[in-house]
Amino acid sequence: MADSVENAVNNVSNDAAETNQHAETGGAGGPGRNEVELNGQPPTPRPPQVVNDSEEDEDEELTLKYGAKHVIMLFIPVTLCMVVVVATIKSVSFYTQKDGQQLIYTPFREDTETVGQRALNSMLNAIIMISVIVVMTLVLVVLYKYRCYKVIQGWLFFSNLLLLFFFSFIYLGEVFKTYNVALDYFTLALIIWNFGVVGMICIHWKGPLRLQQAYLIMISALMALVFIKYLPEWTAWLILAAISVYDLLAVLCPKGPLRILVETAQERNEPIFPALIYSSTMVWLFNMADTADTRNNSSHPVPQQDSQVGMAPTAQPDDDGGFTPTWIDQQQHQLGPIQSTEESRQEIQEMPSTRPPPADDDDEERGVKLGLGDFIFYSMLVGKASATASGDWNTTLACFVAILIGLCLTLLLLAIFKKALPALPISITFGLVFYFATDNLVRPFMDQLAVHQFYI
Amino acid sequence: MTVAVFFGCAFIAFGPAFALFVFTIAKDPLRVLILITGAFFWLLSLLLSSLVWFIAVKASNADDATLRRSLLIFGVFFSVLLQELFRFGYYRLLRKANEGLAAISEDESSAISVRQMAYVAGLGFGIMSGAFSMINILSDSLGPGTVGIFGDSQYYFITSALMTLALTLLHTFWGVVFFDGCEKSRWWVISLVVCLHLLVAGLSLLNPFYEGSLPPVYIITLMMGIWAFFSSGGSLHNLTALCTRRNAEIETSPVQPRSD
Repeated sequence: MADSVENAVNNVSNDAAETNQHAETGGAGGPGRNEVELNGQPPTPRPPQVVNDSEEDEDEELTLKYGAKHVIMLFIPVTLCMVVVVATIKSVSFYTQKDGQQLIYTPFREDTETVGQRALNSMLNAIIMISVIVVMTLVLVVLYKYRCYKVIQGWLFFSNLLLLFFFSFIYLGEVFKTYNVALDYFTLALIIWNFGVVGMICIHWKGPLRLQQAYLIMISALMALVFIKYLPEWTAWLILAAISVYDLLAVLCPKGPLRILVETAQERNEPIFPALIYSSTMVWLFNMADTADTRNNSSHPVPQQDSQVGMAPTAQPDDDGGFTPTWIDQQQHQLGPIQSTEESRQEIQEMPSTRPPPADDDDEERGVKLGLGDFIFYSMLVGKASATASGDWNTTLACFVAILIGLCLTLLLLAIFKKALPALPISITFGLVFYFATDNLVRPFMDQLAVHQFYI
Repeated sequence: MTVAVFFGCAFIAFGPAFALFVFTIAKDPLRVLILITGAFFWLLSLLLSSLVWFIAVKASNADDATLRRSLLIFGVFFSVLLQELFRFGYYRLLRKANEGLAAISEDESSAISVRQMAYVAGLGFGIMSGAFSMINILSDSLGPGTVGIFGDSQYYFITSALMTLALTLLHTFWGVVFFDGCEKSRWWVISLVVCLHLLVAGLSLLNPFYEGSLPPVYIITLMMGIWAFFSSGGSLHNLTALCTRRNAEIETSPVQPRSD
């Protein structure tokens, strides 16, 4: 069975690779180069190991040729996710109302009397949240090391189930409340059921690429909205800053959990299946067919469910799992450019795959990948900017541009260093800097200019 | 203050820029990147100039209205100078990147010419500048209110939209002319662009005396458009060829006003 599956897989991958190759060569003919050297395509993925200079140059040039296209392939989904989050924040007031509920991961309240107390509480909250994330990541690494693949799969499957059914149900309910639309339960059940089941199929098994991408964007947006709602102000900003630092350490330090994860996968010569990866190409379809896995975002704030629904607490990770650098490294060598992203947030999906590494045809796949955790935190930053900034749209726009530029720089570094890189630090740093600077410095300036109708 | 005003002003302010984006930039990833980076550079210049203005205001600690107004005017001019400085910085960055790209490529030529980059960079500056000026005003126009209830002009929204449109186009033209001047090391061109930008900002200081600010700005826009057209390689010959030859001969090379 495994063999036939592999054959099917290889066939599909061949087709996918071919169509992609056609698409790629078509695209490469045009002005596909960009001014920034991007693209993580390593120069030596091809079977022919003997590479003379001209071939090397050609490979490197090919990588540059595809660079700008890859950046845009990531800009579009990131932009879409942010647009969904900002549109929801601006129209549905539910996600900006503070009901007083908080996640159990952030137990300290911020409505204290003194500023010092508030700062202390928010720092403690951030520390707790980050430690939870670290612990979850370590658990994941341990599970992967000891080959408890079923546990990981089940974990991811369940969290996706929750996200696709429960959170989207809440979202739909709030949207209807905002626009005063009446809907009967039968129709609602039908809609939610179909939405959820199609989502699970697309994400965990096979489905059209665009649909899968759309679902991944939607669940990232849902997650970001949940974070925006349930994290108190200062805690949210501190968590954003802390998670970028953690991302940097986890992916780049030799003893970082993500790096260990990827190295383990490499030793076993297994491709780590990215459960929480947004991919712009079809290469993952066959993987999905192979193991019905989770490839999905897993971070759900389970504790939130405790407060809302009283479900039994499960160890849901708070964040999405990201992608491990080793895996990326390995995949880069096998498959082509991969954007490394975020690492794990607990949920990384480790795909316990017993298949042999993907066929060489995969090397021709020139897709680019970004972890869903990155989507979530980018959207969370922009969503918070639109929710809480008094500068309103200017701040949102500034954060949006800053994050896109950070992503662009990250991809540039990826093209230069050709190894797994964290996607959060640069973008979140730019985003935070621009948020605070625009809100406090630019806003008064632009307001004064608008009052007098001066133009600069 | 209705949806009609919102859509009208939005289309006036952003219609041409959006059309330019859709027809000339959206298909090419490299151009989109240059656009967004241009927007980022404009944003950086705005940030720095707001910082300076903010420090000046805090340092002066004034409740005096005229002092605040003078500080604001100082802020305006300083911001204009910083924007042009960042435009120059962006030019240098693009040149370097372009050279790097050309060096690596097979046929020693880059995928995008400096003129195209100039246009895209100018448009990036223009879009960001327009967005920052106009978006908050647009979102206010959707809500309830009475324009000019305290005696200010009733034409606030429409004049803002027109001014934004003019500035967006001006930034695009200035980008083209500026880069061309830098390429050919014609410093008089660069200083003229800076002076024109200062002039336009200065004209906007005349608001709400719209007769004094809007027509001159549009005349300047028109003149800059013509200058940019000629500096990017257009000519009257191209224009006439465009009109006369387009219907007749399709097999000849496409005649376009700008030699892209």
